[in-house]
Amino acid sequence: MTTSFKGTKPSRRQFLSGAAAAGAGTFVAAQARAAGDPAITELQPWTQQLGDGVDVAPYGMPSEYESHVKRRTVEWLTADPISSINFTPLHELDGIITPNGLCFERHHGGAAHIDPAEHRLMINGLVETPLVFTMQDLMRFPRENHVYFLECAANSGMEWRGSQLNGCQFTHGMIHNVMYTGIPLRLLLQEAGVKTEGKWILPEGADAAAMTRSIPMEKALDDCLVAFKMNGEALRTEQGYPVRLVVPGWEGNMWVKWLRRIEVGDKPWHHREETSKYTDLLADGKARRFTWEMDAKSVITNPSPQAPLTHGKGPTVLTGMAWSGRGTIPRVDVTTDGGITWHQARISGPSLDKSMHRFYYEFDWDGGPLYLQSRAHDSTGYVQPTKDQLREFRGVNSIYHNNGIQTWYVNEEGIAENVEIS
Amino acid sequence: MSKSLKLYAGSALGAAIILTGAMNFADRNITPLPENAAVMGAAPESPDTMFIAAATASGAEAEGPFGLGREALPEEIAAWDIDIRPDGKGLPEGRGNVWDGEGVFVEQCAVCHGDFGEGVGRWPVLTGGFDTLTDQRPVKTTGSYWPYLSTVWDYVHRAMPFGNAQSLTDDEVYAITAYLLNMNGLVDGDFELSHENFSEVTLPNEDGFYMDDREELELPEFTRDPCMENCKESVEITMRAAVLDVTPDETVQTMEESGEDHGTDMAAADDGAAAEAEADTAEDVATPALDMALVDEGEKVFRKCKACHQVGDGASHRVGPQLNGVMGRELGAAEDFRYSSTMEEMGEEGVVWTEETMAEFLAKPRSYVKGTKMSFPGLRSDEEIAAVTEYLKSFSQ
Repeated sequence: MTTSFKGTKPSRRQFLSGAAAAGAGTFVAAQARAAGDPAITELQPWTQQLGDGVDVAPYGMPSEYESHVKRRTVEWLTADPISSINFTPLHELDGIITPNGLCFERHHGGAAHIDPAEHRLMINGLVETPLVFTMQDLMRFPRENHVYFLECAANSGMEWRGSQLNGCQFTHGMIHNVMYTGIPLRLLLQEAGVKTEGKWILPEGADAAAMTRSIPMEKALDDCLVAFKMNGEALRTEQGYPVRLVVPGWEGNMWVKWLRRIEVGDKPWHHREETSKYTDLLADGKARRFTWEMDAKSVITNPSPQAPLTHGKGPTVLTGMAWSGRGTIPRVDVTTDGGITWHQARISGPSLDKSMHRFYYEFDWDGGPLYLQSRAHDSTGYVQPTKDQLREFRGVNSIYHNNGIQTWYVNEEGIAENVEIS
Repeated sequence: MSKSLKLYAGSALGAAIILTGAMNFADRNITPLPENAAVMGAAPESPDTMFIAAATASGAEAEGPFGLGREALPEEIAAWDIDIRPDGKGLPEGRGNVWDGEGVFVEQCAVCHGDFGEGVGRWPVLTGGFDTLTDQRPVKTTGSYWPYLSTVWDYVHRAMPFGNAQSLTDDEVYAITAYLLNMNGLVDGDFELSHENFSEVTLPNEDGFYMDDREELELPEFTRDPCMENCKESVEITMRAAVLDVTPDETVQTMEESGEDHGTDMAAADDGAAAEAEADTAEDVATPALDMALVDEGEKVFRKCKACHQVGDGASHRVGPQLNGVMGRELGAAEDFRYSSTMEEMGEEGVVWTEETMAEFLAKPRSYVKGTKMSFPGLRSDEEIAAVTEYLKSFSQ
């Protein structure tokens, strides 16, 4: 089957180089028995010579050996690279936090570069006093810190009709998980004084898309944040610098970046991003609207098509991520035989509300084919469905909210492929 | 119970449960593992709720008011508050007609959306697509899918033209909106849209949407105790990404390398822009008599026709008749389509669609068939006409 296998040229190369490395390792091991591992017995230049001084990189960057760890795009998805998307390299990450520079990007009018001194946040509409805040004003409100995942509603949207992209970066990479520092939106709304008939808010971006979404007041007063820091530092330009909305557990499109205005109203606005887009067309030709919550979901990040098994038989670490827009993930099941037998995975790291969770399953690989799947359970008791179960409810035209169970087929050589199974 | 105690307890429990697979338990920071799902479902208390509890215990933030910020001035609100609602709230005074809209549209919008809203490349299609929402490839346009006209006005005004947002005057936005309605066959050519008659216009798919019902429909179904052992007899691969191979490759243009027919099964991107990837049906029915390069050219030209005409498998009448078998047939002869009387009369007189008659018609439709219902002004070049004719011939064998 390897001759007809075209889906993973990157991983194929990785596999080949990995195999070469493994081969070299075997050679080295043999040589080590004779004369010792040159990595140990020979004096290395980094041991003999001095390294960089402290100011070589005033803002530190990853090692030059990690340059393959980056966001990637799929050019054919969109008309141009401005109103477009790229993907987080989930298979290269561990733990639960996404580094700022690897958080996927989705812009509708490009990433705006905004001087914070020129940025204003206005609250108007059905409020007692319409207000304008400068960034300096915002920094004087009480702040909170929370870790939340942000998932694009279209994550895995290319897979509705079947397996299409080889790599969890492409199938599941429209997500990141970050610690935000921000002001509870409730405090800003209270400052303006919401009138009793104010039931909805309309956050609006300052970018060239002037992005808008309607959000019910209940959510606005519950856990939304107006955030200016991510993972301790200022928001990145592409994530809405200087200030963005955080709407925990709800689809990423609502987390308006470059936030410049919040209007309070008595009805939803039905704007473009909640009618033409981000509505879920079902098989009967009708569409669901306001599908805000992200259903529980998980994916095995390693092994996966971009991260094949290169070490051969024996002890193997399977790992992945799980999350739910409705709470925490108390349990993840994994299978290596396509769902005949399931095992509970081990969750390691903080289990936070509406945050990604890291799971592991360590096993002895016997070198045979693997059919890998993971299945998330969330704190409401919801269990991640199969893709076919989802299709029974939704058909294949809904684009958004595909949280079906992902399958990776790993062959005897350790190469992984995106498949669907019976 | 303190957080650390709970975490250690979880660690011990986890060790007991995954004894067989565990290799390394150096990591102490393990969340509690459930003995079964039902227990966890009943006890949703998580470390995070404990974080919150801890935060509350150490004092919630002050609730204000803080007296921060300043009152927004009326002219500032007017400058930024540009949103429009379905009930017309927010609409400025103004007006624009279909005729003026066409002029602005051709100048400002057609470069991406095509002269007739048919979409260039992967840019959004704005017209047609009626009755396609249950198709394999739904065409979601302002006419076929958008529920409210206010959404069109608001979006054109706030974000278009792409790269020069908020540069159109209110009257120009009214005119473009009127032209879009006309191109979708929803108003006549002499229609004028204004703040006064705006709320009288409804879009066909207004009732095509309903509130998210996952909670009632799906959650009960997906909240269950799943099978853990002997869950199925066997496992077969039913679908493989490698068959399609549309994964980007950093050194190789995967799609180009592995053939052009990948377009047939590409699914949509999140904004649906890729949904238009068309099936390459021409090749299925082509015979050696055709100039295939010209057919391919013609398929591109045909995008200008697609807002109104369908051709190929499953083609049906839209604004215009479906065009399977049109070449070599009398004018006005497709069944169940209401042609202009001129078109039907010419057909009855024995005029047949040939390369010559098609060329004459497509160059200036209204002068060749006076009174034709086709509003298309004609193709610009003989090359385009030859190509699209060849393309139509490929469906007329």
